[in-house]
Amino acid sequence: MKIALTSLFVDDQRAALAFYTGVLGFTKRHDIPLGDDFWLTVVSPESPDGPELLLEPSGHPAVKPYRDALVEDGIPLAQFAVEDIEAEHAKLTRKGVVFTQPPTHIGTAVVAVFDDTCGNLIQLIEMNRVENHAGVR
Amino acid sequence: MVDVFRALDDETRRVVLDELSVRDGQTLFEICSMLTMRHGLSLTRQAISQHLGVLESAGLVVTERRGRSKFHYFNPEPLAQITGRWPTKKRSEQ
Repeated sequence: MKIALTSLFVDDQRAALAFYTGVLGFTKRHDIPLGDDFWLTVVSPESPDGPELLLEPSGHPAVKPYRDALVEDGIPLAQFAVEDIEAEHAKLTRKGVVFTQPPTHIGTAVVAVFDDTCGNLIQLIEMNRVENHAGVR
Repeated sequence: MVDVFRALDDETRRVVLDELSVRDGQTLFEICSMLTMRHGLSLTRQAISQHLGVLESAGLVVTERRGRSKFHYFNPEPLAQITGRWPTKKRSEQ
């Protein structure tokens, strides 16, 4: 068993596609009309055959209260791994992305949290380089 | 309303203030991860939320909404009650 697809609810699928590709740099994988909505997925260009992220419509009435409560407490709904979190933070901030948490050392990693403009908070993580090197087999 | 003396009578709450005085304006999520990852305190989110409630009631923490998230800030003003009551001067000066 492996994780091939995971999903995030987004307020507007077209705006989400623009943000996830244009700002974050992911690549569109599927964009298939499905009734009023789309089966819309993106992948990382660093692993095009890796897991897909489904940008799912947020029309279900349970989505808004669920996400509002999580965003209020600053809780991210997904985590993306980066090589250099300071560089990503600087690049995304230049593009107008708002961070609720700047890059912060938490021992084994450095993490940051930003608003994806689609209704979610997303965590970035850079594992400690020393540990990465130690972990190379 | 909780007084400042009771609010400070707890190590977790003192650590929360330590963290906020290093970097002010943190979400509940961020405070929880700080306590767990940096201080090895494994409290539930609910317990931390209650500690923040006590600090807020004592006026030592104030919250502010920015965008859709709530941020916690350290407000040192109530601490003046302590030095007001017991001024910090050396014994030799008395």
